[in-house]
Amino acid sequence: MNTLQMAIADGMTITKRNALKIRRAPDMLGGVVLLPIVFVLLFTYVFGSMIELPGMSYAEYMLPGIFVMTITTSAQITGYTLTQDLQKGIFDRFRTLPMSPSAVLTGQTVSDLITNVTSIVTMILVGLVVGWRVHSSPLEALLGFLLLLLFAYAFSWVTATVALALRTPEVFNNVATLVSLPLVFLSNAFVDSSRLPGPLKPIAEWSPVSTLIQAARELFGNTSAAMPVPDAWPLRHAVPAALLWSLVLLAVFVPLARRLYKRAVSQ
Amino acid sequence: MPAAIVAEGLTKKYGDVVALDGMDLTVPEGTVFGLLGPNGAGKTTTVRILTTLLKPDAGHAMVAGFDVVEDARRLRAHIGASGQYAAVDEHLTGAENLEMVGRLYHLGVRRAKQRARELLERFDLTEAGDRPVQGYSGGMRRRLDLAGALVAAPPVLFLDEPTTGLDPRARASLWEIIAERVADGTTVLLTTQYMEEADRLADRIAVVDHGHVIALGTADQLKDQVGGDRIELSMTSAADLETARRTLAPLAVGDIQADLAALRVTVPVSGGAAALTSALGHLAAERITVRDAGLRRPTLDDVFLTLTGHETDDKIKETVR
Repeated sequence: MNTLQMAIADGMTITKRNALKIRRAPDMLGGVVLLPIVFVLLFTYVFGSMIELPGMSYAEYMLPGIFVMTITTSAQITGYTLTQDLQKGIFDRFRTLPMSPSAVLTGQTVSDLITNVTSIVTMILVGLVVGWRVHSSPLEALLGFLLLLLFAYAFSWVTATVALALRTPEVFNNVATLVSLPLVFLSNAFVDSSRLPGPLKPIAEWSPVSTLIQAARELFGNTSAAMPVPDAWPLRHAVPAALLWSLVLLAVFVPLARRLYKRAVSQ
Repeated sequence: MPAAIVAEGLTKKYGDVVALDGMDLTVPEGTVFGLLGPNGAGKTTTVRILTTLLKPDAGHAMVAGFDVVEDARRLRAHIGASGQYAAVDEHLTGAENLEMVGRLYHLGVRRAKQRARELLERFDLTEAGDRPVQGYSGGMRRRLDLAGALVAAPPVLFLDEPTTGLDPRARASLWEIIAERVADGTTVLLTTQYMEEADRLADRIAVVDHGHVIALGTADQLKDQVGGDRIELSMTSAADLETARRTLAPLAVGDIQADLAALRVTVPVSGGAAALTSALGHLAAERITVRDAGLRRPTLDDVFLTLTGHETDDKIKETVR
């Protein structure tokens, strides 16, 4: 077996391990399936009944935002699981085996990608029930779906990096919530970012979360001529910008997470 | 006999704390080597270096013919390690845990499955094999962890305090399994806090303190060094304690320890039960009331007291009979 074959085979073994874990731990599944359902219903019926938008329903405007909010939340499972595993001896076991050292992180992020597919499919189904529709071509819709997954995968590596730097599940959870809430709400997910005051406006408009949400809206056709796109460059070129963001996150955080993993386990 | 493990001058520091300070050891192929010492003596650090988990600051080591730093990747196919904190996955079943390890040793899917079943049967876990590890007892987890170390039938096995915290029955069952491996020719490096465990399993024992070996020999050699058996006697008054100490001095083969708070004297002797009878006779002649009397084997505390002149840092109180 050469190095690449070994990395793939070992990555698959670890992926399988994590998939089994998720199946056995229903609390994880709650976060992956139930939370998205609650998010969609809550936001659609609470905000959707109050807020009116020109030319489109609030549910259609908001759903892509909820997609992105949910995948950024689900991606935190990667970091959380790693901090939990760090507390146990399992990484020591892995490290005494002749396996590919990259397999632990690859296996973790890939299995979390599978859970993110589950989350997104759940949200699409619930979204269709509450009146969200795709107004673009099937190909564009598929691209939107894939773009969300790519970003989710990249974001898993971000949470992995943070987790390996912080190391304890409690600290990680606090930091993740503290960072992800403003990240999602300081965006165009629920409000028109161009109407935000002062410095909040550029922050929201240049946020990768806004870029991805705008890209998803365009690819799913959830836009309206009555609601012009703000002037910020990433929102004007949302699809390539979201793709670029995902690739940049991967390029930065994959090597960083690997380095921190090595440091975290060799103490 | 070629050496399966050779370590020379291993040194490791964590900040200002010196964990290893020139650790040397040689383990001939097919033998069991015991590292005996208290918590913090450097036993675990030694094992972590030898199993490639940690790089030494200085010194070098060869295991199964591979340098633990330079050839770490290749070495891993030839060793098995089982630790103090059972490295098993809670949510996976016993079978899934072993199968995963087999696949990561690159045995192939079919062989990994087959090996998992074999080991579960051998370790008396067949029935529990399809249940998640979450519901296992401490002893079952340790057995599974040890099974994980044996998946690839490695020629060199590292066991870091394999029975710490286990009840006597679980301990005995683990000892049996380890002895079986040794009979098959596996080289074993074992760390332990228990003299009895080292005694039972190890061909040679190194007593470790402050990161290096302070005594080396067979169990019998070490026990001779610490003076063999101990008589322990409890009195009813401090005056009696003093008299007893004086009276028993001729019987002792080393220093008599007197514990004023517990009104107890500990006398190192060489005569075993006969020495106890004789001691009781002497005390009866002095009309000293003995509340409790007993004969015991040396404990790790005794070994330490004798070899280092100081007690084990965490005062392991376990009395090993």
